[in-house]
Amino acid sequence: MQALKHRWPLFLALALALLLLPLAVQSIGAGWVRILALAMLYVLLALGLNIVVGYAGLLDLGFVAFYAVGAYMYALLASPHLTETFASLGQVFPQGLHTPIWFVIPLAAGLAAVAGALLGLPVLRLRGDYLAIVTLGFGEIIRVFMNNLEHPVNITNGPRGLDRIDPMSVWGLSLGKPLMIGDYKIASVTLYYWLFLGLVVLSVIVCYRLEHSRIGRAWMAIREDELAAKAMGINTRNMKLLAFAMGASFGGVAGAMFAAFQGFVSPESFSLMESIMIVAMVVLGGIGHLPGVILGALMLAALPEVLRYIAGDIQNLTGGRIDAAILRQLLIALAMIGIMLLRPQGLWPSDKVKSAAGHAQ
Amino acid sequence: MSLLQITQVSKRFGGLQALADVNLSIAAGQIHGLIGPNGAGKTTLFNLITGLYSADSGQFALQGQNYRPRSVHQVTMAGIARTFQNIRLFGDMSALDNVRVGRHSRSNAGLWDAIWRTKHFYHEEAQLRDQAHALLDYVGIGRYAQHRANSLSYGDQRRLEIARALATEPRLLALDEPAAGMNASEKNVLRELIERIRADGRTVLLIEHDVKLVAGICDRITVLDNGRVIAEDTPDQVRRDPRVIEAYLGSSA
Repeated sequence: MQALKHRWPLFLALALALLLLPLAVQSIGAGWVRILALAMLYVLLALGLNIVVGYAGLLDLGFVAFYAVGAYMYALLASPHLTETFASLGQVFPQGLHTPIWFVIPLAAGLAAVAGALLGLPVLRLRGDYLAIVTLGFGEIIRVFMNNLEHPVNITNGPRGLDRIDPMSVWGLSLGKPLMIGDYKIASVTLYYWLFLGLVVLSVIVCYRLEHSRIGRAWMAIREDELAAKAMGINTRNMKLLAFAMGASFGGVAGAMFAAFQGFVSPESFSLMESIMIVAMVVLGGIGHLPGVILGALMLAALPEVLRYIAGDIQNLTGGRIDAAILRQLLIALAMIGIMLLRPQGLWPSDKVKSAAGHAQ
Repeated sequence: MSLLQITQVSKRFGGLQALADVNLSIAAGQIHGLIGPNGAGKTTLFNLITGLYSADSGQFALQGQNYRPRSVHQVTMAGIARTFQNIRLFGDMSALDNVRVGRHSRSNAGLWDAIWRTKHFYHEEAQLRDQAHALLDYVGIGRYAQHRANSLSYGDQRRLEIARALATEPRLLALDEPAAGMNASEKNVLRELIERIRADGRTVLLIEHDVKLVAGICDRITVLDNGRVIAEDTPDQVRRDPRVIEAYLGSSA
């Protein structure tokens, strides 16, 4: 904390830069701001997964399920789908369902937390590879559910997905339309970016405070040695469930934001590949270390977009024989292998507490 | 008055009768030794007392109150703390944090306190830090508070484990071969520490291979062989007991 107090000018500069960044970028093209906003969502997801994987040491390969739960929850509560499908509900809400943001965020967090605890219950005894396999299955189950829950009752509209989702609106200001201040136009994506940035800042504070608390220490004790943690009087069952629920709640909020941002959700967005990317962000950045996790998320979210440009050039070099999409995948994989070889602890690992290597035995 | 009373405890692993009708009574304020040849059932008994295994039959009473050691964390809450034969510290955490984790069951700041940083949170954290520093000083490794547990020397790791166990405010401190792998001077330091713990009014259960150490500091010794108690007496009497000699050295025939 002492260090934070001395470095406040740096933080102020960083905050200003982050706030003004989209305004600078939006002149190049709204597409770039969109990438920035999506990167913020990935930071939110990575922060959530970091609680489960980084702090409590529980490898979760199905994290995208909670993202899906949040996204579908918002999509159902803020699109005409439910009122059109169920006539009786349509009579109660003739204007359709339009759930406000201050209701959506806690509800998404709560619902995803319940889903997280439900996943946690059957896997309490599992660790490592076994846990990873079960959570991977859980992620797939949720996706398959979303894909098939249209018969006999149409809830999710199956693979066609849900569209016409309301944009978020904050204090009467709709984020779906550009904001005009005099003659200056602030793009809709920029407004979303600010909302997501706010959520990221809030999440970082929550994560930091959890990490440096009795609960955070209990999670890390479980990660280091579960039996010893039990011998310290830690109820490992409750603490693990809490980790799953807390982590999932971040995923749920990110999902609701994603649904509003895109205006459309379908099961395709919640594939296994997404889960793997989120795990990669946490591991690549520096597992259990907040700045590292954020860096990892930003890098992996931005890398595919940057490579989109490079890949085109390389494709031209080979006379168009290599498909750009495949090349991009290849380059991402190469980058990941390279980073893991050169920095196995991640790009920005936590400063290890003092090593006593120097002191005499 | 006995602090821990174990009556007619048996435990079977498949075809192996690990413990048969074991009785053990540990008096408050004493150092009680538990010895026996390899495979005698010492560690099994230890794991039963601390809740890692559940007994097939028998009764456990702590300060006259029956308890069923069902889960490890409940036993710790009830007031029995343990160390491990092969050190099990939270290796990547600092020595200070290891001891603070030990205070987990005696503190209660929850999720809400942590996220909102309530008054209670700050108050408790300050208390935890002081208590943890005091315990590290008590076992003599206060200067390594900020060091990674893994980076401490072997003897210091053992002492950190004891500090961590003491942090749970145990009525009974159970040490599983604390002197294993220590050199003579480290053993002496350990011996002083255990005696200091007794002098401060705590009860210690000590499993140990080093007969010299056990005989030197224990008030009473229980000897296990083949899952049965073959002797329970003062160190001097135990050393003269023919059954103990036979168990350790084999019969002369």
